[in-house]
Amino acid sequence: MAGVSSRDAGTLEPASHAVTRGRRARPPAILWAPAALVGAAMALPLVYLIIRGLGGGAEFWELLFRVRTLEILLRSALLVGAVTAASLAIAAPLAWLTVRTDLPFRRTWAVLTSLPLVIPSYIGAFLAIAALGPRGMLQQGLEGIFGVERLPEIYGFPGAMIVLTLLSYPYVLLPCRAALSRMDPSLEEASKSLGYGAWHTFRRITLPLMRPAMGSGALLVALYTLSDFGAVSLMRYETFTWAIYLQYESAFDRTLAAGLSLALVVFAVGILLMEYATRGRGGYHRSSSGSARPPAPLRLGRWKWPALGFCGAVVALAMALPMAILAYWVARGVLAGESVPNLWSATANSLYVSLAAAAAALLAALPVAILAARFPGKTASLLERASHIGFALPGIAVALALVFFGSQFATGLYQTVALLIFAYVVLFLPAGVGVLRASLLQISPRLEEAARSLGRGALGAMGTITLPLLSPGLLAGGALVFLLTMKELPATLILGPIGFKSLATSIWSTSSEAFFAQAASHALTLILVSSAPMAFIMMRERRLEG
Amino acid sequence: MKDTKKRVPPPVEMGRGARGPGTRFRQGRLWVLLIGACLLLLPAAACGGASSESLTIYSGRSESLVGPVIEQFAAATGIDVEVKYGSTSQMVSTLKEEGNNTPADVFFAQDPGGIGSVEDMLQAVPEAILFKAPDWARDPDGRWVGISGRARVVVYNTENLDASDLPSDLWGFTDPKWKGRIGWPPTNASFQTMVTAMRSMWGEERTRQWLEGIIANEPNAYPKNTPTVAAAGAGEIDVGFVNHYYLYRFIAEEGEGFAARNHHLSAGGPGSLVMVAGAGVLSTSENRDNAERFLEFMLSPVAQQYFASQAFEYPLVEGVRVHQFLTPLSEVNRPNITMRELADLEGTQRLLRDTGILP
Repeated sequence: MAGVSSRDAGTLEPASHAVTRGRRARPPAILWAPAALVGAAMALPLVYLIIRGLGGGAEFWELLFRVRTLEILLRSALLVGAVTAASLAIAAPLAWLTVRTDLPFRRTWAVLTSLPLVIPSYIGAFLAIAALGPRGMLQQGLEGIFGVERLPEIYGFPGAMIVLTLLSYPYVLLPCRAALSRMDPSLEEASKSLGYGAWHTFRRITLPLMRPAMGSGALLVALYTLSDFGAVSLMRYETFTWAIYLQYESAFDRTLAAGLSLALVVFAVGILLMEYATRGRGGYHRSSSGSARPPAPLRLGRWKWPALGFCGAVVALAMALPMAILAYWVARGVLAGESVPNLWSATANSLYVSLAAAAAALLAALPVAILAARFPGKTASLLERASHIGFALPGIAVALALVFFGSQFATGLYQTVALLIFAYVVLFLPAGVGVLRASLLQISPRLEEAARSLGRGALGAMGTITLPLLSPGLLAGGALVFLLTMKELPATLILGPIGFKSLATSIWSTSSEAFFAQAASHALTLILVSSAPMAFIMMRERRLEG
Repeated sequence: MKDTKKRVPPPVEMGRGARGPGTRFRQGRLWVLLIGACLLLLPAAACGGASSESLTIYSGRSESLVGPVIEQFAAATGIDVEVKYGSTSQMVSTLKEEGNNTPADVFFAQDPGGIGSVEDMLQAVPEAILFKAPDWARDPDGRWVGISGRARVVVYNTENLDASDLPSDLWGFTDPKWKGRIGWPPTNASFQTMVTAMRSMWGEERTRQWLEGIIANEPNAYPKNTPTVAAAGAGEIDVGFVNHYYLYRFIAEEGEGFAARNHHLSAGGPGSLVMVAGAGVLSTSENRDNAERFLEFMLSPVAQQYFASQAFEYPLVEGVRVHQFLTPLSEVNRPNITMRELADLEGTQRLLRDTGILP
């Protein structure tokens, strides 16, 4: 009998061996020292914001504590809730379909459905308005046939929610896929052998087992939505981050921006606590001896067609439609005599910093995730929570924090790629920590204990046992950080070495001046280039499955 | 038992069942990947260093607009020019955070508000360069100089409107017949500079009346000029308050068929304001000569011709022809207002907050 469990399913396996032994084991220095270092790095933006916020006078406090601030906070909360719920509803079934069923072309679907993550939100929203706006392409088509003069407003809450959901559901998809691919099928088989159907088994067994992955993904969606500016500004939905950007963009007021950013941090902490409250105390790994087999794919049978329809609809809306419009802009511009620039150096730069950022973020995330999964306690949990702060903050606030510290205390590193990559780690660490923690929970600490009882040291056991078993999580976490870095803009502009160009900065430079053909060719390149590593990961997954 | 030194074979069979050898292989590769990633980071830390003939520019104007003309400068002078591109506000915030440690020699800003907000970090521009630009296009204290001009216009949809349907001044748009047909970018720096001009010319109370009159007509608020012009072209709005040159980018992309054109308000006033993009030299600059050569080049006929013909902006020096699409500056009823009067951004923000336009 496998003792994998959650609150729902009887046998409780305590989450850590530290607890199992009835005393709190202290984590080794080799774990907590780097984790503490990472924690200190994550605190930099916060320290900066406090320094800036303290400079505020009477008007600052007056502006900060207004009814309007609360109103905007509520609008943000509404959007965060809706986007998170919608992302879960799209991503959880997608993950299950592409990992556990015999869906035709499931790896291709897996690559395609994870790619919307690389579309910068500003571009995504611009494309959505071009396509579905009151006088967009859809309306032009309908006018020809049915004489529709104007479509209902996409602006405001619906537009912001649709765009952000389509761009951010992959934050849930990737961790869920990693979790499903490592999940022990014996519980599901037990459920089926007891006569429960596929739906019941999914709801009572699979879904609860996916909870850590769904939780970490939902957290990323929520914080991403909270920190987005591009989509909400174009969709004219006034959120908290929008208000913060206004202070930077048009008032040049760093003090009020810092004050609002600190309020945003408080809000983000609220979200983090909510996610924490939904975490079960159960274990998610196999507790008995024996080993997990890869699950047999579920036969979809006649459900194949609705499943294909669902995947197709998501890909059509989130990928095909944007890419078609981008291609149309390129074609239209080229026909009108626009030149399409050489993109080699921007592409190479983007790939280089994104791969390096993914690797660095994983290295930094590993000690934090191990602490959180294996030595749960106040310190570990605080550290893990703290790692999410950078992700919730507007990118410009984090970038300016590093300008502040870098230009004063690290002049040798300032405006080098090293500091830029450090900024990416501060911004995107939670993407790595969340996925790794969720994956670690699926690996029984017994395996490490066995290795140690056979003579391996703590590090050796980690290296020979845990890391290899963790590889789906490492790949998913690395992929998330990679895709996020590919499109990151404010930190790249502000902290990049002088003269540094990436695909994201080129897209920004051209689109902000309405060079649509050029912006579109950059955006298409960004999507295509990003798909290569994603495809590589999927191929690897296939090999793992044998 | 405790001090067994014997090497224990890796307990691969405890991993994923039958795939023992694979596990071992993967693990080796994983380390290679991680170490490789660390190596990737190494060269990043070891770069930098500046030659004597160098110049570092922080540009709040995008590369697609000013990149070519900066390259011309580098080619003409042999100076090793490095440019950091970003939005004007990002560059302003960066400069303020860097303070005296800034590596920048020159700041090239999109709008007077942006460069004005870091004016105490700038040093005086030599008069020989400063006076190349007309007096309305430079800092009254001589710390920065205008490089090119940009006019406030009303962009209108040509399918729904004729130029003759448009009022001759901004007050015309407070008429209820414009309800639901107006677009504006209230968070945009140029728009806010126009409001500052209103406050200076009309006074606080009249400006508030105008803003409230427009709000009563339920304007669509766009985040910046580009989407406002796009909306006017699509017919989502009939008129929009924008800067003049975005329209020509749309026409270049979509052809003459793009259904929007610019309208200059003939009665003048703040609605016909001409603003400048300006540049100045940082007082901490160690390349002052090169920085001044850069300003001089930007105000030379070659560069001015570039701004006029490639960026569809207004040249600021005599003898350079504007683009054929543009209404010549002499025919624009430009209000007579100085840069000093356009400086009070804070008061404008307060008014926009009080009227509920900004949060």
